[in-house]
Amino acid sequence: MLTIEQAYWLIALFLAGTAILNLRGRRWSHAAFWGVLAVLIAGGKFVLAASAAHNALPAQLAGVCVIALAALSPRMTRGNLSERDTAEREADALRLRHKLFGPALLIPLVTLLVALFGAYIVVGGVHLFDPTRMTLTGLALACVAALIAALWVTRARPLAGLSEGRRLLDTLGWAALLPLTLAALGGVFAATGVGTAVADLVRLLIPVNSALACVVAFGLGMVLFTVIMGNAFAAFPVLMAGIGIPLLIHQHGANPAILGALGMVTGYCGTLFTPMAANFNIVPVALLELPNQNDVIRAQWKTGALLLVVNLILMYLLIFRF
Amino acid sequence: MRARGSPRQPARHDLPGMTTLLHYLPLLGVLVVVAGFALRFNPVPVVVVAGIVSGLAAGKSIGDILALIGTSFVSERALLLFVLTLPAIGVLERAGLREHARNWIASLRSLTFPRLLIAYLGLRQILSMLGLTSVAGQAQTVRPLLAPMAEAAAEKRGAPLSPEERNDVRAFSAATDNIGLFFGEDVFIALGAVLLIQGFYAQHGIELQPLHIALWALPTAIAAFIIHAIRTVLFGRRIARPGPQAARVEQAAD
Repeated sequence: MLTIEQAYWLIALFLAGTAILNLRGRRWSHAAFWGVLAVLIAGGKFVLAASAAHNALPAQLAGVCVIALAALSPRMTRGNLSERDTAEREADALRLRHKLFGPALLIPLVTLLVALFGAYIVVGGVHLFDPTRMTLTGLALACVAALIAALWVTRARPLAGLSEGRRLLDTLGWAALLPLTLAALGGVFAATGVGTAVADLVRLLIPVNSALACVVAFGLGMVLFTVIMGNAFAAFPVLMAGIGIPLLIHQHGANPAILGALGMVTGYCGTLFTPMAANFNIVPVALLELPNQNDVIRAQWKTGALLLVVNLILMYLLIFRF
Repeated sequence: MRARGSPRQPARHDLPGMTTLLHYLPLLGVLVVVAGFALRFNPVPVVVVAGIVSGLAAGKSIGDILALIGTSFVSERALLLFVLTLPAIGVLERAGLREHARNWIASLRSLTFPRLLIAYLGLRQILSMLGLTSVAGQAQTVRPLLAPMAEAAAEKRGAPLSPEERNDVRAFSAATDNIGLFFGEDVFIALGAVLLIQGFYAQHGIELQPLHIALWALPTAIAAFIIHAIRTVLFGRRIARPGPQAARVEQAAD
């Protein structure tokens, strides 16, 4: 059976390969960074199992590894990794033409097929795909299929997959790690009561008898908290428990379904403003080799701000009416 | 799962003095994040330090904090799945994928910059509404396909893009992918946002149908499409006028 765990092993393998290539290039910090991350990804299941069995030591060691990665991050400068000559790439592009799109499109296509039909594929009486996180398992499978197709189409030697993947991974550098680190911070914030403290602070500041004030406080609170946490999912329970349920639903009689839906998308507007949503706003800066860390946020904040206003108006007009 | 009418926690900010201060002390972690990002330190150490500060302020032991960071980190390792796309994309790029994407779009005369990006936005929203969020993305589609295509479409004005304009076009492509993803995903009923909302309400004794919640996210999805499409047209007009002065005007406006 194909599970998400095998995808994690694949990631660990790729990271370890990248570490080895950096080791051979005497880029010690890079080698250590990807090596430690490979161990963390491969050992993830073991850490979680041990921690569920009340053995905290592996989790603490993982925490030490995270701190080591953080210490290495500032040293992860983008070295000048040699890319193939532009003229050679142009020549290949003219020769291979649309054949180049095939493997690239295989990634969405295979992911789509697994997402739609994965649950029905049975081999020897066993389901081929583990139903938990099946789409992500499909994405991993799609990447393997795309790599094989890409090597076949371009007639590159198999190790080119590792060396070219490593070129892109080293281009990403610490940005690849930031989403995970932020998720870890979200866990710490949740466990230390940062959420309730923020909700209480908001409640101290607003006149709770005004429905409009509550709507605005709830909406802006969702945005603010999403900006801090980088994730509307983390903001939602906090603001709902702090303002949504006690004030808007119980005191002012808001419709829960509309409040929930609009509250969540209001939080999504906040995701467009914040470097904390690293996988959306910082990773592409590295992927597209943009000069300024906030370039993607600068391109999208106006859409987010206008949409925020629309959402607040919709919320005020709809939640008390239906 | 909590039943309806379970006793609510007493509002802690009613407690006087010292307790109130301790209640708000973990917010120091938030302060570290804000200061770190404002001062443009490397974000990874900033975030880890913020976690440690917040944990210490909440009175946790070093061992507990380390374990908390470790488990939270590894339980979110699915966030690293996108790196698996890199080997295939890298091999194709080595053989000129980006160059070909650029050449192909340049040969399609009627495909202008706004049309390309608006079509991508609509497609991304629809796919996300169907739950197919991993089908496209910054690593899967934006870097290898959308960004070079957008550059080629923008260069149909007859002059090559300046480096600043090129960066603006790339950033706008990345932004379009984000907006399409966020404001499509919220309408999908079987995963993510809608189930989180339903689950949260169920814990608090309010039972709702997922479809009912998803439906009310639809007006925002439509508004997002309209707003960003208009911004794309405006951005397309600005980029259609060659010359470095255009880029300077926008920077001054920001």
